[in-house]
Amino acid sequence: MHLGHTHDGPAAVSADATRPDGTRRALRIGLGGPVGSGKTATVAALCRELRDRLSIAVVTNDIYTREDAEFLLRNAVLPPERIQGVETGACPHTAIRDDISANLEAVEDLEEAVGPLDLILVESGGDNLTATFSKGLVDAQVFVIDVAGGDDIPRKGGPGVTTADLLVINKTDLAPHVGSDLQRMARDAKEQRGELPVLFTSLTSAEGVGPVADWVRVQLAAWTA
Amino acid sequence: MSRAALLVLADGRFPAGGHAHSGGAEPAVTQGRIRDADDLAAFCRGRLHTAGLTAAALAAAAAHGLDPLALDEAADARTPSPALRATARKLGRQMMRAARATWPSPELDALATARPRGAHQPVVLGLTARTAGLGPEDAAHCVAYETVSGPATAVVRLLSLDPFHATAVLARLAPELDEVAAQAAEAARHGIDALPAASAPLLDITAEAHAAWPVRLFAS
Repeated sequence: MHLGHTHDGPAAVSADATRPDGTRRALRIGLGGPVGSGKTATVAALCRELRDRLSIAVVTNDIYTREDAEFLLRNAVLPPERIQGVETGACPHTAIRDDISANLEAVEDLEEAVGPLDLILVESGGDNLTATFSKGLVDAQVFVIDVAGGDDIPRKGGPGVTTADLLVINKTDLAPHVGSDLQRMARDAKEQRGELPVLFTSLTSAEGVGPVADWVRVQLAAWTA
Repeated sequence: MSRAALLVLADGRFPAGGHAHSGGAEPAVTQGRIRDADDLAAFCRGRLHTAGLTAAALAAAAAHGLDPLALDEAADARTPSPALRATARKLGRQMMRAARATWPSPELDALATARPRGAHQPVVLGLTARTAGLGPEDAAHCVAYETVSGPATAVVRLLSLDPFHATAVLARLAPELDEVAAQAAEAARHGIDALPAASAPLLDITAEAHAAWPVRLFAS
Protein backbone atom coordinates (compact mmCIF):
# COMPACT_ATOMS: atom_id res chain seq x y z
CA MET A 1 0.00 0.00 0.00
CA HIS A 2 1.49 3.36 -0.98
CA LEU A 3 0.08 5.83 1.50
CA GLY A 4 0.59 9.44 0.55
CA HIS A 5 1.66 8.89 -3.06
CA THR A 6 0.60 11.45 -5.63
CA HIS A 7 -2.44 10.58 -7.67
CA ASP A 8 -2.66 10.38 -11.43
CA GLY A 9 -6.32 9.36 -11.27
CA PRO A 10 -9.32 11.67 -11.55
CA ALA A 11 -9.78 14.84 -9.49
CA ALA A 12 -7.31 16.24 -7.00
CA VAL A 13 -7.65 15.00 -3.44
CA SER A 14 -7.65 18.21 -1.41
CA ALA A 15 -5.13 21.01 -1.37
CA ASP A 16 -3.18 19.98 -4.48
CA ALA A 17 -2.06 23.24 -6.05
CA THR A 18 -2.62 22.01 -9.58
CA ARG A 19 -5.65 20.75 -11.45
CA PRO A 20 -5.64 17.20 -12.79
CA ASP A 21 -4.39 18.60 -16.14
CA GLY A 22 -1.35 20.17 -14.44
CA THR A 23 -2.38 23.86 -14.61
CA ARG A 24 -2.40 25.90 -11.42
CA ARG A 25 -5.85 25.94 -9.84
CA ALA A 26 -7.73 28.97 -8.50
CA LEU A 27 -6.61 30.63 -5.28
CA ARG A 28 -9.05 29.72 -2.50
CA ILE A 29 -9.69 32.23 0.26
CA GLY A 30 -11.90 31.46 3.28
CA LEU A 31 -13.95 34.08 5.11
CA GLY A 32 -15.14 33.24 8.62
CA GLY A 33 -16.31 35.06 11.73
CA PRO A 34 -19.23 35.50 14.12
CA VAL A 35 -22.87 35.87 13.05
CA GLY A 36 -23.71 39.30 11.66
CA SER A 37 -20.16 40.65 11.37
CA GLY A 38 -20.53 41.34 7.65
CA LYS A 39 -19.01 38.29 5.97
CA THR A 40 -21.60 38.08 3.21
CA ALA A 41 -21.54 41.84 2.67
CA THR A 42 -17.72 41.65 2.42
CA VAL A 43 -17.93 38.80 -0.09
CA ALA A 44 -20.48 40.77 -2.14
CA ALA A 45 -18.32 43.89 -2.10
CA LEU A 46 -15.19 41.90 -3.05
CA CYS A 47 -17.03 40.34 -5.99
CA ARG A 48 -18.14 43.76 -7.26
CA GLU A 49 -14.64 45.19 -6.87
CA LEU A 50 -12.76 42.28 -8.47
CA ARG A 51 -15.13 40.68 -10.98
CA ASP A 52 -14.16 42.85 -13.96
CA ARG A 53 -10.54 41.72 -13.86
CA LEU A 54 -10.82 38.25 -12.33
CA SER A 55 -12.85 35.09 -12.89
CA ILE A 56 -14.47 34.55 -9.47
CA ALA A 57 -16.78 32.01 -7.84
CA VAL A 58 -18.24 31.79 -4.32
CA VAL A 59 -19.05 28.83 -2.05
CA THR A 60 -21.34 29.60 0.90
CA ASN A 61 -21.76 27.42 4.02
CA ASP A 62 -25.14 28.37 5.45
CA ILE A 63 -26.22 26.90 8.76
CA TYR A 64 -29.84 26.10 8.01
CA THR A 65 -30.99 28.23 5.10
CA ARG A 66 -29.82 29.33 1.69
CA GLU A 67 -29.93 32.95 2.83
CA ASP A 68 -26.30 33.82 2.16
CA ALA A 69 -26.30 32.28 -1.29
CA GLU A 70 -29.64 34.00 -2.00
CA PHE A 71 -28.37 37.37 -0.77
CA LEU A 72 -25.51 37.15 -3.26
CA LEU A 73 -27.89 36.08 -6.03
CA ARG A 74 -30.43 38.79 -5.23
CA ASN A 75 -27.73 41.42 -5.32
CA ALA A 76 -26.50 39.98 -8.60
CA VAL A 77 -22.85 40.26 -7.57
CA LEU A 78 -22.08 37.22 -9.74
CA PRO A 79 -24.10 35.15 -12.22
CA PRO A 80 -25.97 32.33 -10.40
CA GLU A 81 -23.81 29.57 -11.87
CA ARG A 82 -20.82 31.06 -10.02
CA ILE A 83 -22.40 30.72 -6.57
CA GLN A 84 -22.82 27.38 -4.82
CA GLY A 85 -24.18 26.65 -1.35
CA VAL A 86 -22.97 23.77 0.83
CA GLU A 87 -25.26 22.29 3.50
CA THR A 88 -23.51 21.81 6.81
CA GLY A 89 -25.79 19.75 9.11
CA ALA A 90 -25.97 22.64 11.62
CA CYS A 91 -22.17 22.85 11.92
CA PRO A 92 -20.33 25.17 9.53
CA HIS A 93 -17.08 24.70 11.46
CA THR A 94 -17.22 20.97 10.73
CA ALA A 95 -17.73 21.58 7.02
CA ILE A 96 -14.87 24.11 6.75
CA ARG A 97 -12.37 22.36 9.02
CA ASP A 98 -13.02 18.78 10.19
CA ASP A 99 -14.73 17.28 7.14
CA ILE A 100 -14.11 19.45 4.10
CA SER A 101 -15.29 16.94 1.50
CA ALA A 102 -18.54 18.74 0.55
CA ASN A 103 -16.72 22.06 0.18
CA LEU A 104 -13.99 20.52 -1.97
CA GLU A 105 -16.68 19.03 -4.15
CA ALA A 106 -18.34 22.44 -4.55
CA VAL A 107 -14.98 23.99 -5.45
CA GLU A 108 -14.32 21.30 -8.07
CA ASP A 109 -17.83 21.58 -9.50
CA LEU A 110 -17.43 25.35 -9.90
CA GLU A 111 -14.05 24.95 -11.61
CA GLU A 112 -15.60 22.38 -13.94
CA ALA A 113 -18.77 24.38 -14.68
CA VAL A 114 -17.45 27.93 -15.09
CA GLY A 115 -13.65 27.58 -14.94
CA PRO A 116 -10.88 28.29 -15.33
CA LEU A 117 -11.24 30.46 -12.24
CA ASP A 118 -8.72 32.85 -10.70
CA LEU A 119 -10.30 33.10 -7.28
CA ILE A 120 -12.79 31.14 -5.18
CA LEU A 121 -14.16 32.74 -2.02
CA VAL A 122 -15.36 30.18 0.54
CA GLU A 123 -17.66 31.79 3.08
CA SER A 124 -18.46 30.13 6.40
CA GLY A 125 -21.84 30.55 8.05
CA GLY A 126 -21.62 32.68 11.19
CA ASP A 127 -19.93 30.63 13.90
CA ASN A 128 -17.91 31.02 17.08
CA LEU A 129 -14.48 32.52 17.65
CA THR A 130 -12.70 29.17 17.28
CA ALA A 131 -13.93 28.46 13.74
CA THR A 132 -11.04 28.28 11.31
CA PHE A 133 -10.67 26.82 7.82
CA SER A 134 -8.68 23.68 7.04
CA LYS A 135 -5.49 24.19 5.03
CA GLY A 136 -6.81 21.37 2.87
CA LEU A 137 -9.66 23.65 1.76
CA VAL A 138 -8.28 27.18 1.54
CA ASP A 139 -4.92 28.79 0.84
CA ALA A 140 -5.54 31.81 3.05
CA GLN A 141 -8.25 32.86 5.47
CA VAL A 142 -9.86 36.09 6.53
CA PHE A 143 -11.60 36.47 9.89
CA VAL A 144 -14.29 39.16 9.94
CA ILE A 145 -15.44 40.71 13.22
CA ASP A 146 -17.22 44.01 13.77
CA VAL A 147 -17.02 46.87 16.24
CA ALA A 148 -20.63 46.40 17.35
CA GLY A 149 -20.00 42.82 18.48
CA GLY A 150 -17.95 44.17 21.38
CA ASP A 151 -14.55 45.89 21.34
CA ASP A 152 -13.14 43.18 23.63
CA ILE A 153 -13.20 40.48 20.91
CA PRO A 154 -9.60 41.11 19.74
CA ARG A 155 -8.44 40.90 23.37
CA LYS A 156 -10.29 37.60 23.90
CA GLY A 157 -8.39 36.13 20.95
CA GLY A 158 -9.19 32.57 19.90
CA PRO A 159 -7.93 30.77 16.79
CA GLY A 160 -9.90 32.95 14.36
CA VAL A 161 -8.60 36.24 15.69
CA THR A 162 -5.05 35.11 16.38
CA THR A 163 -4.23 32.89 13.41
CA ALA A 164 -6.23 34.18 10.40
CA ASP A 165 -4.04 35.50 7.60
CA LEU A 166 -6.08 38.70 7.70
CA LEU A 167 -8.26 40.11 10.48
CA VAL A 168 -10.97 42.50 9.25
CA ILE A 169 -12.67 44.73 11.83
CA ASN A 170 -15.84 45.85 10.09
CA LYS A 171 -18.54 48.50 10.63
CA THR A 172 -16.15 51.18 11.92
CA ASP A 173 -18.88 53.74 11.12
CA LEU A 174 -20.85 52.31 14.06
CA ALA A 175 -18.03 52.76 16.61
CA PRO A 176 -19.24 56.10 18.04
CA HIS A 177 -22.79 54.76 18.36
CA VAL A 178 -21.92 51.58 20.26
CA GLY A 179 -19.10 53.03 22.34
CA SER A 180 -16.36 50.86 20.80
CA ASP A 181 -12.76 52.04 21.16
CA LEU A 182 -11.06 51.45 17.78
CA GLN A 183 -7.58 52.22 19.09
CA ARG A 184 -7.99 49.69 21.84
CA MET A 185 -9.17 47.12 19.29
CA ALA A 186 -6.12 47.83 17.12
CA ARG A 187 -3.77 47.55 20.11
CA ASP A 188 -5.33 44.28 21.32
CA ALA A 189 -5.30 42.82 17.81
CA LYS A 190 -1.63 43.69 17.40
CA GLU A 191 -0.86 42.01 20.71
CA GLN A 192 -2.70 38.83 19.70
CA ARG A 193 -1.48 38.70 16.10
CA GLY A 194 2.03 40.12 16.06
CA GLU A 195 2.94 40.92 12.45
CA LEU A 196 -0.22 39.44 10.90
CA PRO A 197 -2.26 42.20 9.20
CA VAL A 198 -5.41 43.86 10.53
CA LEU A 199 -7.71 46.06 8.42
CA PHE A 200 -10.52 48.36 9.59
CA THR A 201 -13.41 48.65 7.15
CA SER A 202 -16.72 50.40 6.78
CA LEU A 203 -18.53 48.97 3.79
CA THR A 204 -20.84 52.00 3.70
CA SER A 205 -17.92 54.46 3.26
CA ALA A 206 -16.39 55.54 -0.04
CA GLU A 207 -13.28 53.43 0.59
CA GLY A 208 -15.49 50.43 1.34
CA VAL A 209 -13.91 47.04 0.85
CA GLY A 210 -10.91 48.56 -1.01
CA PRO A 211 -8.19 47.61 1.54
CA VAL A 212 -9.41 44.00 1.67
CA ALA A 213 -9.52 43.83 -2.14
CA ASP A 214 -5.92 45.10 -2.22
CA TRP A 215 -4.90 42.37 0.22
CA VAL A 216 -6.61 39.76 -1.99
CA ARG A 217 -4.73 41.08 -5.04
CA VAL A 218 -1.42 40.66 -3.18
CA GLN A 219 -2.33 37.06 -2.25
CA LEU A 220 -3.28 36.36 -5.84
CA ALA A 221 -0.03 37.82 -7.18
CA ALA A 222 1.94 35.58 -4.81
CA TRP A 223 -0.17 32.53 -5.79
CA THR A 224 0.32 32.96 -9.52
CA ALA A 225 3.97 34.09 -9.32
CA MET B 1 -7.35 -8.10 8.28
CA SER B 2 -6.61 -5.16 10.55
CA ARG B 3 -9.08 -4.49 13.32
CA ALA B 4 -7.65 -0.99 13.75
CA ALA B 5 -8.32 -0.17 10.07
CA LEU B 6 -11.97 -0.98 10.76
CA LEU B 7 -11.98 1.55 13.59
CA VAL B 8 -10.56 4.23 11.29
CA LEU B 9 -13.18 3.56 8.61
CA ALA B 10 -16.10 3.31 11.06
CA ASP B 11 -15.12 6.42 13.05
CA GLY B 12 -17.83 9.07 12.89
CA ARG B 13 -15.06 11.60 12.31
CA PHE B 14 -13.91 9.87 9.11
CA PRO B 15 -14.14 12.91 6.80
CA ALA B 16 -16.61 11.65 4.22
CA GLY B 17 -19.48 14.09 4.59
CA GLY B 18 -21.85 12.09 6.80
CA HIS B 19 -22.14 14.84 9.42
CA ALA B 20 -24.44 16.90 7.19
CA HIS B 21 -27.03 14.11 6.80
CA SER B 22 -29.72 12.91 9.22
CA GLY B 23 -30.72 9.66 7.49
CA GLY B 24 -34.35 10.75 7.42
CA ALA B 25 -34.40 11.80 11.08
CA GLU B 26 -35.00 15.50 10.36
CA PRO B 27 -38.41 15.05 8.70
CA ALA B 28 -39.32 12.41 11.32
CA VAL B 29 -38.55 14.90 14.11
CA THR B 30 -40.42 17.74 12.40
CA GLN B 31 -43.48 15.55 11.82
CA GLY B 32 -43.49 14.42 15.46
CA ARG B 33 -42.56 10.77 14.87
CA ILE B 34 -39.33 11.09 16.88
CA ARG B 35 -39.83 12.90 20.20
CA ASP B 36 -37.64 10.94 22.63
CA ALA B 37 -35.06 8.17 22.95
CA ASP B 38 -37.66 5.40 22.58
CA ASP B 39 -38.88 6.86 19.30
CA LEU B 40 -35.27 7.16 18.15
CA ALA B 41 -34.70 3.47 18.95
CA ALA B 42 -37.79 2.49 16.93
CA PHE B 43 -36.74 4.69 14.01
CA CYS B 44 -33.21 3.27 14.00
CA ARG B 45 -34.45 -0.32 14.25
CA GLY B 46 -36.74 0.21 11.27
CA ARG B 47 -34.05 1.84 9.20
CA LEU B 48 -31.48 -0.82 10.12
CA HIS B 49 -33.59 -3.79 9.02
CA THR B 50 -34.72 -2.19 5.75
CA ALA B 51 -32.50 0.38 4.03
CA GLY B 52 -29.64 -0.59 6.37
CA LEU B 53 -29.67 -4.26 5.41
CA THR B 54 -29.78 -3.42 1.70
CA ALA B 55 -26.91 -0.97 1.98
CA ALA B 56 -24.85 -3.30 4.18
CA ALA B 57 -25.19 -6.11 1.64
CA LEU B 58 -24.07 -3.84 -1.21
CA ALA B 59 -21.00 -2.88 0.82
CA ALA B 60 -20.27 -6.51 1.72
CA ALA B 61 -20.53 -7.47 -1.96
CA ALA B 62 -18.07 -4.74 -2.98
CA ALA B 63 -15.67 -5.83 -0.24
CA HIS B 64 -16.08 -9.40 -1.48
CA GLY B 65 -14.78 -8.33 -4.89
CA LEU B 66 -17.98 -8.26 -6.98
CA ASP B 67 -17.96 -5.77 -9.88
CA PRO B 68 -18.51 -2.31 -8.36
CA LEU B 69 -20.19 -0.93 -11.49
CA ALA B 70 -22.72 -3.77 -11.52
CA LEU B 71 -23.25 -3.17 -7.80
CA ASP B 72 -23.78 0.53 -8.48
CA GLU B 73 -26.60 -0.38 -10.88
CA ALA B 74 -28.00 -2.81 -8.32
CA ALA B 75 -27.98 0.04 -5.78
CA ASP B 76 -29.87 2.29 -8.22
CA ALA B 77 -32.48 -0.42 -8.70
CA ARG B 78 -32.88 -0.72 -4.92
CA THR B 79 -33.28 3.03 -4.32
CA PRO B 80 -36.66 4.20 -5.67
CA SER B 81 -36.35 7.80 -4.39
CA PRO B 82 -34.45 10.09 -6.80
CA ALA B 83 -33.50 12.33 -3.83
CA LEU B 84 -31.94 9.37 -2.01
CA ARG B 85 -30.13 8.22 -5.16
CA ALA B 86 -28.64 11.70 -5.47
CA THR B 87 -27.68 11.68 -1.78
CA ALA B 88 -26.09 8.23 -2.06
CA ARG B 89 -23.98 9.35 -5.04
CA LYS B 90 -23.01 12.61 -3.37
CA LEU B 91 -21.88 10.77 -0.24
CA GLY B 92 -20.18 8.16 -2.41
CA ARG B 93 -18.16 10.86 -4.11
CA GLN B 94 -17.15 12.28 -0.72
CA MET B 95 -16.28 8.80 0.58
CA MET B 96 -14.20 8.22 -2.55
CA ARG B 97 -12.13 11.36 -1.91
CA ALA B 98 -11.41 10.31 1.68
CA ALA B 99 -10.72 6.72 0.62
CA ARG B 100 -8.25 7.66 -2.11
CA ALA B 101 -6.36 9.82 0.38
CA THR B 102 -6.31 7.19 3.13
CA TRP B 103 -6.05 3.82 1.33
CA PRO B 104 -5.14 4.61 -2.29
CA SER B 105 -5.56 1.78 -4.79
CA PRO B 106 -5.98 1.22 -8.54
CA GLU B 107 -9.43 -0.28 -7.85
CA LEU B 108 -10.61 2.94 -6.22
CA ASP B 109 -9.05 5.03 -9.01
CA ALA B 110 -10.87 2.91 -11.60
CA LEU B 111 -14.26 3.39 -9.93
CA ALA B 112 -13.62 7.13 -9.49
CA THR B 113 -12.83 7.38 -13.21
CA ALA B 114 -15.91 5.40 -14.22
CA ARG B 115 -18.22 7.37 -11.86
CA PRO B 116 -16.72 10.88 -11.55
CA ARG B 117 -20.00 12.22 -10.06
CA GLY B 118 -19.95 9.48 -7.45
CA ALA B 119 -21.01 5.85 -7.14
CA HIS B 120 -23.48 4.80 -4.42
CA GLN B 121 -21.86 5.31 -1.01
CA PRO B 122 -22.17 1.70 0.26
CA VAL B 123 -20.43 0.42 -2.88
CA VAL B 124 -17.58 2.91 -2.42
CA LEU B 125 -17.36 2.06 1.27
CA GLY B 126 -17.21 -1.66 0.50
CA LEU B 127 -14.44 -1.14 -2.03
CA THR B 128 -12.62 1.06 0.48
CA ALA B 129 -12.87 -1.69 3.09
CA ARG B 130 -11.41 -4.13 0.55
CA THR B 131 -8.53 -1.76 -0.15
CA ALA B 132 -7.91 -1.36 3.58
CA GLY B 133 -7.58 -5.13 3.92
CA LEU B 134 -10.98 -5.59 5.56
CA GLY B 135 -13.55 -8.29 4.83
CA PRO B 136 -17.20 -8.29 3.67
CA GLU B 137 -18.55 -8.59 7.19
CA ASP B 138 -16.45 -5.62 8.34
CA ALA B 139 -17.85 -3.49 5.50
CA ALA B 140 -21.38 -4.61 6.36
CA HIS B 141 -20.84 -3.71 10.02
CA CYS B 142 -19.61 -0.26 9.05
CA VAL B 143 -22.63 0.50 6.88
CA ALA B 144 -25.13 -1.02 9.32
CA TYR B 145 -23.68 1.12 12.10
CA GLU B 146 -23.77 4.28 9.96
CA THR B 147 -27.43 3.57 9.25
CA VAL B 148 -28.25 4.14 12.92
CA SER B 149 -25.44 6.41 14.17
CA GLY B 150 -26.25 9.13 11.63
CA PRO B 151 -29.87 9.57 12.79
CA ALA B 152 -28.81 9.31 16.46
CA THR B 153 -26.27 12.14 16.11
CA ALA B 154 -28.75 14.24 14.14
CA VAL B 155 -31.48 13.79 16.74
CA VAL B 156 -29.12 14.96 19.49
CA ARG B 157 -28.80 18.22 17.51
CA LEU B 158 -32.44 18.47 16.41
CA LEU B 159 -34.16 17.69 19.72
CA SER B 160 -31.35 18.50 22.16
CA LEU B 161 -31.81 14.85 23.16
CA ASP B 162 -29.53 13.77 26.01
CA PRO B 163 -26.42 12.42 24.21
CA PHE B 164 -26.04 9.62 26.77
CA HIS B 165 -29.54 8.38 25.95
CA ALA B 166 -28.84 8.54 22.22
CA THR B 167 -25.64 6.53 22.65
CA ALA B 168 -27.43 4.03 24.86
CA VAL B 169 -29.91 3.49 22.00
CA LEU B 170 -26.99 2.55 19.73
CA ALA B 171 -25.52 0.23 22.36
CA ARG B 172 -28.85 -1.61 22.79
CA LEU B 173 -29.00 -2.14 19.03
CA ALA B 174 -25.58 -3.83 18.93
CA PRO B 175 -26.86 -7.44 18.78
CA GLU B 176 -29.18 -6.51 15.90
CA LEU B 177 -26.35 -4.73 14.12
CA ASP B 178 -24.28 -7.91 14.32
CA GLU B 179 -27.22 -9.90 12.98
CA VAL B 180 -27.83 -7.57 10.03
CA ALA B 181 -24.11 -7.48 9.18
CA ALA B 182 -23.93 -11.29 9.21
CA GLN B 183 -27.06 -11.55 7.03
CA ALA B 184 -25.63 -9.00 4.58
CA ALA B 185 -22.26 -10.72 4.35
CA GLU B 186 -23.93 -14.10 3.81
CA ALA B 187 -26.07 -12.70 0.98
CA ALA B 188 -22.97 -11.19 -0.66
CA ARG B 189 -21.46 -14.67 -0.99
CA HIS B 190 -24.26 -15.66 -3.35
CA GLY B 191 -23.80 -12.96 -5.98
CA ILE B 192 -25.52 -9.74 -6.97
CA ASP B 193 -28.92 -11.27 -7.67
CA ALA B 194 -29.07 -12.68 -4.13
CA LEU B 195 -28.60 -9.26 -2.49
CA PRO B 196 -31.54 -8.10 -0.36
CA ALA B 197 -33.80 -5.34 -1.67
CA ALA B 198 -35.56 -4.28 1.51
CA SER B 199 -36.71 -0.66 1.68
CA ALA B 200 -38.69 1.67 3.94
CA PRO B 201 -41.37 3.42 1.87
CA LEU B 202 -41.94 6.15 4.46
CA LEU B 203 -38.22 7.05 4.42
CA ASP B 204 -38.39 7.25 0.61
CA ILE B 205 -41.46 9.50 0.70
CA THR B 206 -40.21 11.85 3.41
CA ALA B 207 -36.79 12.08 1.72
CA GLU B 208 -38.50 13.40 -1.42
CA ALA B 209 -40.43 16.01 0.60
CA HIS B 210 -37.38 16.98 2.70
CA ALA B 211 -35.28 17.60 -0.41
CA ALA B 212 -37.69 20.41 -1.33
CA TRP B 213 -37.77 22.14 2.09
CA PRO B 214 -36.46 25.71 1.79
CA VAL B 215 -35.16 25.73 5.38
CA ARG B 216 -33.53 22.67 6.93
CA LEU B 217 -30.55 21.79 9.10
CA PHE B 218 -29.48 18.63 7.28
CA ALA B 219 -28.86 17.91 3.62
CA SER B 220 -30.92 14.71 3.81
